[in-house]
Formats: sequence, C-alpha cells, structure tokens
Amino acid sequence: MTKASRRFYSYAFLLPAGIVYFIFFLLPTLMSFFFSMTRWDLVDWEFIGFDNYATFFSESSLNIGFRNTLIYAVVTCALKVVFGLLLGVALTSSLRVKSYLRSVVFFPTLLSTIAVGIAFSSMMHPTQGLINRSLSAVGIAGPDWLGDTGIALLSVALVDVWKGVGMATVIFIAGIMSIPEEYYEALQIDGGTSFSKFRYITIPLTAPAMNSVIILAFIGGLRSFDLVWAMTKGGPGFSTDLIASIIYKQYQGGFYGLATAGNVILFIGVSLLAFPLFKFLNKREVDL
Amino acid sequence: MHMSQKKSLAVLSGTLLTAAMLSACGSNNNNGAASASPSTTEPSASASASASAPASSAAASPSASAESERYEKPVTLKLLIDNQTSTEGIKAITDEIEKRYNIKTEFDLRPGGGEGDNLVKTKLATGEMDDLNFYNAGSLFKSLQPEKYFLDLTDEPFMDNVVDSFKPTVSVNGRIYAGPSGSSQAGAWLYNQKVYAELGLSVPKTWDELKANNEKIKAAGKTAVIGSYKDSWTSQLILLADQFNVQATAPTFADDFTAGTAKFATTPAALRSFEKLAEMKPYLNKDYLSTTYDQALKMLVDGTGVQYPMLTFALSNIFATYPDKIDDIGVFAQPGDSADSNGLTVWMPAAISIYKDGKNVEAAKKWLAFFDTPEAMALMAAKAKPEGPYVIKGAALPEDAYGGVKDMLPYFDSNNNAPALEFLSPLKGPNLPQITVEAGSGMKSPEDSAKAYDKDVEKQAKQLGLAGW
Repeated sequence: MTKASRRFYSYAFLLPAGIVYFIFFLLPTLMSFFFSMTRWDLVDWEFIGFDNYATFFSESSLNIGFRNTLIYAVVTCALKVVFGLLLGVALTSSLRVKSYLRSVVFFPTLLSTIAVGIAFSSMMHPTQGLINRSLSAVGIAGPDWLGDTGIALLSVALVDVWKGVGMATVIFIAGIMSIPEEYYEALQIDGGTSFSKFRYITIPLTAPAMNSVIILAFIGGLRSFDLVWAMTKGGPGFSTDLIASIIYKQYQGGFYGLATAGNVILFIGVSLLAFPLFKFLNKREVDL
Repeated sequence: MHMSQKKSLAVLSGTLLTAAMLSACGSNNNNGAASASPSTTEPSASASASASAPASSAAASPSASAESERYEKPVTLKLLIDNQTSTEGIKAITDEIEKRYNIKTEFDLRPGGGEGDNLVKTKLATGEMDDLNFYNAGSLFKSLQPEKYFLDLTDEPFMDNVVDSFKPTVSVNGRIYAGPSGSSQAGAWLYNQKVYAELGLSVPKTWDELKANNEKIKAAGKTAVIGSYKDSWTSQLILLADQFNVQATAPTFADDFTAGTAKFATTPAALRSFEKLAEMKPYLNKDYLSTTYDQALKMLVDGTGVQYPMLTFALSNIFATYPDKIDDIGVFAQPGDSADSNGLTVWMPAAISIYKDGKNVEAAKKWLAFFDTPEAMALMAAKAKPEGPYVIKGAALPEDAYGGVKDMLPYFDSNNNAPALEFLSPLKGPNLPQITVEAGSGMKSPEDSAKAYDKDVEKQAKQLGLAGW
C-alpha cells in the first residue's frame, strides 16, 4: 500500500461516523449561524443581517436574564461542589450504611427534571405547600418560595442542587477512592489530625474530580432551562428568566430567527466562559 | 496528564452538544427567495360585506339531500385538534356525520399553546397537514398564512349560516378560510352569586361600583378579586376583557394599533386597562403569585374568593369538577368608567379549516357544511354545554345552559359587545402574560408596563414583517 492510499484507507473508517456527525451536528450548527440573520417562519426566510442580534440585545428582560443565568450557574455550581465533596468524604468513610446512603444521595439524579420541578413547586406553595406547613408546625412563617421575586431564583437553584448533588458526589467518591492509602498512613505517622488529612491530602488530590464537577455544574447552570420552566416559567414577571428561557419564549412566539440568534449568543457566551475556566482549572491539577 | 486529556474531550463534546442545541430542523428553505414577502393581513372589513348575501333561511335541510350524498365506501378524515379542548361535543357531531355521509373522523391530538403552534406550522411547512385543522381564530389563525394552505370557503353556501362577526376573524383580504367550531365565550368577571346575595351586593355597572363592592367584600373577610398569577396567562384577563371599554372611547384603536400609529402607553383609553389591572392589587388574595387557575376556581366555588376575571370557558371546568355549584356562578362584563357604555368583550370560537392539498377535500367540505348548521350545534349542546352564544345563525342556547352563560345574553340582545383585540389585530405581544403579572403585582407602574408591552408588540410586528413598523 502506498502512503497516500494508506492514509485514505484509515480515513474511510471514520467516514460513516463523520457523515452522521456532519449532518446532525455540524450542518445544523452552521445553518443556525445563517438563520440567526434572517426573519424566518420555518417556511420562508428573509435575510435581515444583524437585526436579530440588535433586537435580542435591546430586549429589556435580557439584563435580568444574563444576571440570573450567572447567579444561577455560580450558586448551583458552588453548592454542588461543597455538598458533593462533604457527602463524598462522608460516604467513603467507614459508615456502616454507606452503600445505602450512596443510593439515597444518587436517587434524585434519576428522576425526571420536570417531575421534580412540578413536585417541588407544589411543595413550595406558601400556604398549602408541604414545606411551609411543616415550618408553621414548629412556629416559623415560611416565605413565599416561588412567588417572592427576591428569592424565587434561589429556591429553584436549591432544587437544582438537591437534584444534581448526587452526580457530584459520585464523581467525588471516585476521586477520593483513587487516592492511595499510603498518603494517609504517612500523615498518620507524622501525627496529622483527620482535618489535616482532609485539608492536605483529600482536597488537593481530588482536584481533577473537583474540576470535572465545576465544569459540568457550571456549564449545566449556564444552559439550565427545564427546571426553571417547570417551576416558575421565568416568573413572577421576568424575575427568574434565564437566557435559555428567554430564547424559548421567543421560539414560542414564532420568532425563529430571533430565537436562533439568541442560541448563537448563548453558544458563544458559554464557550467564552467555559474554555478559560477549563484552562485555568487544568493548570491547578496535581498529578497523583 | 492522561486524565485531563480525557476530560478535555468530554468538555469538547459537551460544547458540541450545546452547539447541536442551536440546530433547528431547517429543510424548507427552498422557496425562500420566491416568497420573501410575509403576508400583510388587512383587517378585513369587507369580509362580512362580501358574504352577507341574503340567506333564505339558516335552517337548510341537509337530511333530504344527505341520502344521495352518502359515500358508498367509508371515507376517513383526520382532524388535528389540541388536547386541551374537550372533544365530547365535537364527537356528537362527527358520529352523526359518519351515520349520514359514511365519513369517519379520526382525532389527531396535538399539544396546545406555543408547542401546538409550532407543530401546526411545521405540519403546514412539510405538507403533512391533516384534512381538517382545529385552531384559534383571529391573530393566530392569520399568522398561519391561510390563503396559502387552506380552502377558500367564501362562496360555500353554508357560510350563510355563520354569524357575520365571526367571519373577519378568519378572513384574509376579504376571503374566508374557516368555519366556527362551536360557541363563543366572553372575557368577563365570574362571581359567586351566593356571597353577593349574602353581602347585599348588586352587579357593578361602573368601575367605581366594582371597587365599592370590593371594599365591602374585603371588609367581610373574603378575597374580593381572585388572582392566579402562578398561571401567568390568567393575569391578562383584566387587560384583555377591557377591549369593549377601549373601543367605546377609542373606536379606531384596533386598526391604529395594527398600523403602529396607536400605542398602549399613549392612548389614554388603552392605558386605562393597565391602570385597572394595577388598581385591583389591594383586593387580591395574599398568595396570588403562587395560586394556580385550578386553585382559583376552587376559591370561587367555595366562596372564599368572590370575583374572578376570567374567560367563560371556566364555567365548563367548574361544571366538570363542582357540578352542584355551577348555579352559584354568575357573569358580568368588566365595567367601564361610565354606566352608559357597559358591554361584553367576546372571544370567538376556534376555527376549523380545510387543508387545500388534502386527499379528501370534497368530503371535508361536506363535513364542515354539516358541522356549521344549527342542527349540529344542537347535537353538540346535548353533550357539551356552550360557554357563550353560538355563532351559527338559528342555533339557540339549550334550556339547561349555565346560568353564567344566560347572564351574557342581554349583552348580545342589546348588541353591547365587541370582539377581543386579538381577533381584530394580528398583533399580540408574546410576553404579555409576564408583563401583566408585573403590572398586576405592582412590580412596575401601569405606564412602564404599557411601554414594555408596546416594545414587545414592536418586536413581534418586526418579526412578522408588517408594513409601517
């Protein structure tokens, strides 16, 4: 076989997957860049340049959307890291019921997000919901979790953490289990406490796991949509609107070109935030 | 660093998935250049004129000719309909159609709301529309470009049966593209008559009387006005049901609004609707931001809430869940500032249109010709009670109609009614539910809300490519 034909030969194997990838991923992506510059009703389109982008950026609810999306991503990401790490440490210790507890913690991850959202929004009802009724039984007047514009977004974020912390915990457990026992023994010989075990061995050596959790949770938070939609539909008013829910509402309104422009902006925004974050976190990693 | 390489792959593929999210199925850009001009729908005043040829009698006799028109082999028509509409009444008619014409009807259920709109538009775009399409009349119907997809029914004889006020809501350039699917309804105030009687209140004819009633109800420890803003669409009602009052003071508002020359924020009569919404805040239930439509109905029936601005289809929901309480519920029109003009804002029934390129267009015509007769409406009434007067001439309300619906009749008999704005203009900003939540809960002033809505409408007009925007 000549060198050239050998090269072709190897590419031929990539072709089927490549075609599927091109048709279903690359082509629609490229087309979306085009349709974001049109007025489009799924049938006809008319090229209007960057008007859609101008409209999207002049949207009054967009400022709220950007701010909410960032708050949501940071809050869910941070809480998932903190709780995931603590649960991971607890569930790798010598607890007797740890395998049972591991499944309990992981269980919410398996549920449908929409079902979780609907269940929690009824539990969070200010007067008839389970949460506030329980609170009032011990004499606390609970807030209007989803109706108060000041805390509605945080309420949704808490539910997201409840649902997503299982996945973070599993990643942390895997990271902690891969730390060789010798390090802990060495520290024990040097007379370290269990806190210094956690501080000087567990935390640095679970950095790869932590980075995965941060990246996944952060991107997940930026793109989040389903839970907010199931719980508040962006309301009351626009107070819990995220970029994704703004885009969805435009799509519902039949503004397909405008919604596509919003998606391109979201794509660029997520990339701009995620890639530097990923680079930065990678630099911090320590080899085992 | 093997591990981090793997991760970078994972992150990369994650990002690509994000990119895939951007994709929309876009297989239909072939005729883009040919028809880049979006339809400019003229609110067709001429529609009713062209179709008002004197009908000898509305009660045609389909049974006489039916025998000869019966198909020998069964024909099956598909009816695309949303899954929120109760099909029981429609089924009563389609059963009869099957008996008479040997035409079977298959119900093809689709989601309602925005998802349903997208499905209908996609079906039209890909040439897979069902024979019959059940869809909102008014601005939504016109946004489907009916002249391109649906059969022109202007000259069909059965159009004589249809009440004239319905026709403009399904007409483009003076041609009619659909028939009505049943009864009209109203955007009005449902109220608990029992509590009204207990407190010695009478139906308010002006906005001030309404507020006086509210004060008395509040003093009696009950919720005067039920707010269910958790289902944000319900927050629009005070604004939308005010259209009769708007057009009473600003008769050309609908046309000027469509043309872009009149705005909510700068038209006092229209701005007043936003103010009315905001003025109701002190009378709402405490948890109005977390209350849903279903919970609101329960409050109304229980009498813990006394008045609920709502569409009268709620009467059917109340009847289904609390059948023994339906007679407690009455209906009054949203009052204006003067008692002299007190009228009802009316919602037209959904439209049924025939897909032009369907396989059984003739059978579909027969289907619709029978559907839009007083006889068919009577069949429907036996199974599903109307939520307002029928828009078929000669179709009377049944004896056992809801009391609330009977309350609506005086407004029709005295001709004190007007169609809602969404039936007169193709413009209805998609963010209105959120904007009315903001206005109704005091997050924004009425003026700011009106301005926000004007901006929302402007965005829609530009996206529709309307002339003059």
